[in-house]
Amino acid sequence: MQLIEGHKAVEPPKGVPVWDVDPYDPDILAAPEAYYADLRAKGPFACLPRYSVLVCGRYAETREVFSDWERFVSSRGVGLQDFSLGDPWRPPSIVLEVDPPYHTKTRTVLARAMSPRAVKGLVEDFRTAAHELVDALLEKGTFEAVEEFAETYPVRVFSAAVGLKQTDRRRLVDYGAMVFNALGPDNELRRAAMAKGPDIVPWITEQCARDRMEADGFGAAIYEAADNGEITHDEAAMLVRSLLSAGVDTTVTGIGNALWCLANNPAEFERLKADPSLVRPAFEEVLRFTSPVHTFCRTANVDTEVAGIEIARDTKILCVLGSANLDEEQWPGADRFDIARRPVGHLAFGVGIHGCVGQNVARAEMEAVLGALAEKVGTIELAGDPVWRPNNAIHALDSLPLTLKR
Amino acid sequence: MPRVVYIDAAGHETEVEAEAGASLMQTAVGNGIDGIVGECGGSLACATCHVVVEPDWLSKLPPVSDMENEMLDFAATERQPGSRLSCQIVASAELDGIRVTMPESQY
Repeated sequence: MQLIEGHKAVEPPKGVPVWDVDPYDPDILAAPEAYYADLRAKGPFACLPRYSVLVCGRYAETREVFSDWERFVSSRGVGLQDFSLGDPWRPPSIVLEVDPPYHTKTRTVLARAMSPRAVKGLVEDFRTAAHELVDALLEKGTFEAVEEFAETYPVRVFSAAVGLKQTDRRRLVDYGAMVFNALGPDNELRRAAMAKGPDIVPWITEQCARDRMEADGFGAAIYEAADNGEITHDEAAMLVRSLLSAGVDTTVTGIGNALWCLANNPAEFERLKADPSLVRPAFEEVLRFTSPVHTFCRTANVDTEVAGIEIARDTKILCVLGSANLDEEQWPGADRFDIARRPVGHLAFGVGIHGCVGQNVARAEMEAVLGALAEKVGTIELAGDPVWRPNNAIHALDSLPLTLKR
Repeated sequence: MPRVVYIDAAGHETEVEAEAGASLMQTAVGNGIDGIVGECGGSLACATCHVVVEPDWLSKLPPVSDMENEMLDFAATERQPGSRLSCQIVASAELDGIRVTMPESQY
């Protein structure tokens, strides 16, 4: 069997155009909108010979492939590598990269730890932290928003919510970036990220040990599930690590992208200030408009068919969530940032049984941040050109110089 | 088209016509019913489409799955005997006229 990027090479299905593009080219990763538009124009699927994968980016098919866990499994990896054909760089995530019935067990534990009620108990702390940070940045006036705002806030509040006693901003953010870069091909981004592993992974593992956690956080709730016999203690430790890989870099990206959207769309920020009830819908629109997680894979576990296209068992499919979220067919005026749109059904958190289990936490963080901005800040302006940070699965800023005024 | 009656926390009723096959969450969001949010789009991840189904209708619904059960236990507003997540209830001719009450707050 011929393997390409650790998965089986497949022939292009009938009716699917062959397209010589590299979606992991740093220039495309930094500014993906034109690639997304080309992808949607190609049809429901295109075949990329360089990686021997199918790629989809229209809303309907992306949603179908991404959510149908029985035909398109996650247990063979949500990156390019097929775990049924070789061992991954780390043991697979026991929630992201598994299927039911096992998945139901681990997801239930996480869903309970981060339930709406658990999150409600954190809202006041999140709000206080957001107000303090915005006050400090208003004093400063002009600052580097990725480092001083987008990274600082989740590292502070999410680490506390998990129950970490020690934080290290660089390692926490880079851990997520490493895990997400690892989902791509064996390119420079992936290799550079993996090179940081020996420094980051032991530190993360150490912080997630039970005796290092506060007694009242998400981490403790997960270890309690092990005490009750729902999962083993080893599984609990792995789930706590999953919180850190999936919950820091992603919200950092969400906050950076939100600031970018508001700085570029001052009229929308005026609307937000005038009507604070738009805070939550505004975040949904940031997610739809910028898709912090831009691409995840699925693997066809059976011979099947989508939109009239025959898909062979073992086919890796790139689900381009960022493209689906900008599909004009689904979202009229898709390229307009409209905080009152209420884009229920966007794919930024995924959909179905693998939909982001921490999305309540992300929303609570963003509600606090956007609420503090709306209440205290008069104007948000770019103080220099934003620079994107290419990542094989995440669409994040590397630098965002901003000026806040009262 | 099957009708659904949404009752807000103050007792105000709104009747809408649902597409058969759409969930009561999608129907509410599509018709601008304020008391249902449905932020996660029906992934059983947010519990922001919590409703209390009137007793006469409850027995006509499919059973609560383990995951829905878990989410209902931790919804922002206390669970009641008729509590369901409206993303898990699909509008149909059999449910024509179903009445659901929405809690004061979904998060």
